[in-house]
Amino acid sequence: MSEPLLRATHLVKEFPIMGTGGLLRRPATFRAVDDVSFEIRAGETLALVGESGSGKSTTARLAARLLDVTSGTVELDGEDVTALKRSELNRFRSEVQVVFQDPYSSLNPRHTVERIVTAPLVYQQRTIPGGPRAFTRSLMERVGLDPDHSQKYPAQFSGGQAQRIGIARALAVGPRVVVCDEAVSALDVSVQAQVINLLRDLQREEGLTYLFIAHDLAVVRQIATRVAVMTQGRIVEEGDRDSVFGAPRHEYTRTLLDAVPRIRPEWERQRRANAGRS
Amino acid sequence: MTSSPTDLTAARAVGSGTGDTAEAPAASAAGALPAGAGGTWQALRHDVGAMLGLGYIVLVTLVAIFAPVLTSISGWTPYEFDQTAIDPDLGGMPIGPWGGMGAEHWFGVEPGSGRDIFARIVYGARVSMSIALSATLLTTVLGVSLGLLAGYFGGRVDVVISRVMDFLMAFPALIFMIAVLSALPASNRSALLVVVISAFGWPYLARIVRGQTMSLAQREFVEAARAAGASGTRIVFREILPNLRSTIIVMSTLAVPGYIGTEAGLSFLGVGVVPPAPSWGQMIAASVKWYAVDPAYFVVPGVCLFLLVLSFTVLGDRLRAVVDAQEGR
Ligand SMILES: Nc1ncnc2c1ncn2[C@@H]1O[C@H](COP(=O)(O)OP(=O)(O)OP(=O)(O)O)[C@@H](O)[C@H]1O
Ligand SMILES: [Mg+2]
Repeated sequence: MSEPLLRATHLVKEFPIMGTGGLLRRPATFRAVDDVSFEIRAGETLALVGESGSGKSTTARLAARLLDVTSGTVELDGEDVTALKRSELNRFRSEVQVVFQDPYSSLNPRHTVERIVTAPLVYQQRTIPGGPRAFTRSLMERVGLDPDHSQKYPAQFSGGQAQRIGIARALAVGPRVVVCDEAVSALDVSVQAQVINLLRDLQREEGLTYLFIAHDLAVVRQIATRVAVMTQGRIVEEGDRDSVFGAPRHEYTRTLLDAVPRIRPEWERQRRANAGRS
Repeated sequence: MTSSPTDLTAARAVGSGTGDTAEAPAASAAGALPAGAGGTWQALRHDVGAMLGLGYIVLVTLVAIFAPVLTSISGWTPYEFDQTAIDPDLGGMPIGPWGGMGAEHWFGVEPGSGRDIFARIVYGARVSMSIALSATLLTTVLGVSLGLLAGYFGGRVDVVISRVMDFLMAFPALIFMIAVLSALPASNRSALLVVVISAFGWPYLARIVRGQTMSLAQREFVEAARAAGASGTRIVFREILPNLRSTIIVMSTLAVPGYIGTEAGLSFLGVGVVPPAPSWGQMIAASVKWYAVDPAYFVVPGVCLFLLVLSFTVLGDRLRAVVDAQEGR
C-alpha cells in the first residue's frame, strides 16, 4: 500500500467564545474539531460528511492551512506543514488548492475571469505559462467554459459556470490535492451533477486527490472512494464508501443514512452501468 | 435535501451533452446589466441634476485653471486698485448700478478699494478649488488606507486606529482649527489649511471603509486569495480595494463641498487664506459691512460658492443613488 498523500493527525481546533475573555482571564474555548485524523492516498477521494456545525469546514480549512491548528499535524507527502510560516507555504499552496461553497462569494466581483484564474500564479510569483490570455483560455476549456468569456465578470455567469471558474482557479497552479468545501451544495441538482462529473473527469485525467466536504449523501455516493462521518467535531466512522453506506457501524451514520431517501435498486444498477461506460 | 436519485439520473442525461446549454441563457441575461464605471456613467448621463452639477464643477475648474488668461481678457488683475470706479465722496461706493457692473468691470468692483470682483472671483476659484481638492485627495488616501488596515487586520491595529478616529470625531474641530491656524505663522497658509482640514476629515471616510472592509474580509474570495498564497497587503490592495471603488468615489465627492465650506468659513473668520490673496469666503466676509448699500458685492461670491457646494452635493448624491442601485441588484 502506498504512502498517503495528505495526512492529518490528531487535529484539534479551538475557537475562543466571544465575550468570555477578560483583561487577565483567557477566554473560554469551543472545540470545533476534536482529535480528527485521516489519510488520503493519491488519486482518491475522501468524503467528509456530517450535519451542519459538525466541524467539516473547519477541518477542511485546517487541512488547507487556512486556519492554524490548536494542536495536531497536517502532512503533505510526509512533510509536516503545520509549523510552516506564511512565507514558507508557497510550495504547499501550489500543491493544495480549495474550491469553495458559494461560487459568487468566492470569486471577486470586481475581477475578470482572467484575473481570477491567474491570481494564484501571480500571488506565488510564478510566471504564467504562455501568457495570461492563452493560459486562461486553456483553463476555461478544461473546465468546460467558453474561452471567449475570459474578460467577463463573475456576475455575468450562472452559478454552475461560476463554480467552474472556481475550479479553474484551483487548477491554475497544478495542484495535487483539491479541497472541495461543499463545492456543489449551492447548485441546482442538475448543475450539481454536471460539476461532479467535471470533478470526476479531472480526477481521472490528472490523478487529482480530493478532500470532499458535503452534507448530501447522494452527492457523496457519486464521488467518494472513502467516507468519513463527522459529528460534533469528531470522526465517528471511516471506511470505504460501500462499506459505510452498506453496513454502517456507528449509530450516527445510520441516523444520517435514514435521513435521506433510500437509493432504489434499479437506480443503483443504472448508475453502475453508467459508471462502467464513462 | 430534496434531491432523489431519480432526479440525478435524469439530470445526468441532460448534462452529459454540451454541459452548459442550460446555463448559457442566464449568462447572457446577466450580461445585459453593465457593472463598473461604464454603467455608472450611462445612468448618470440621463440625470439632469447630476449633469448640471458636473457642468458647473467643470466650468469652475476651467475658470480656475485659466484664471490668468481670463483676467488678461477682462483687463484687470485681482490686486489692481481702480480709483476711477469708486466714489470717494460716498465712502468708496462703486460708481454705477449693481456695484459698478459694466463693460469695464464685469462683476463690479470692491467698495472702498475698487479692485475688480471678476478677477478676484476667478483667482478665488483657484484657491478654493485647489484647497478643497487637495484636502479631499489627502483625506481619501488617509481614510482609505487607515480604514483598510483597521478593517482587515483588526486586533490591536484596529483598536489604535479606531480610538484615534473616535477622538478626532469627538474633538471640537472648528475651534481647534481656528486656534492652530491663528497661532501658526501665516506663511504657506494654504498648505496648512489642507493639512488641518484633512487631519479632521479622514475619520469619516475611514469609518465607512473599515466597516465595508470587515464585511468584505469575511467573503470567500478573500479566503481563496489566502489559499492561493496572497499576503495580507496583497489581499487588501488587490482583492478588497477594487470592491470599495464606488464607496470611495461617492464619499470623496460628498466630502468636497464640506471642505469648500470649511475653507470659506475659515477664510471668513480671518484664519484662512491670507489677504490680499483672494478667496470666496474672505470676499463674503469683507462684503458683510457693505451688504445694505452694495448687495451685489455679497451676492456674486455668495452665489458662486453656493452653486459650487450645491453641485458637488447633488452630484455625490446622485452618484450614490446610482451606485446603490447597481450594488443592490
Ligand atoms: N471563526 C470561528 N469562530 C468561532 N467559532 C467558529 C468559527 N468557525 C466555525 N466555528 C464554529 O465551529 C463549529 C463548526 O463549524 P464548521 O463551519 O466547521 O461546521 P460545518 O460542519 O462546516 O457546518 P456546515 O455544514 O453548516 O457548513 C460551529 O459550531 C461554528 O459555530
Ligand atoms: Mg461548512
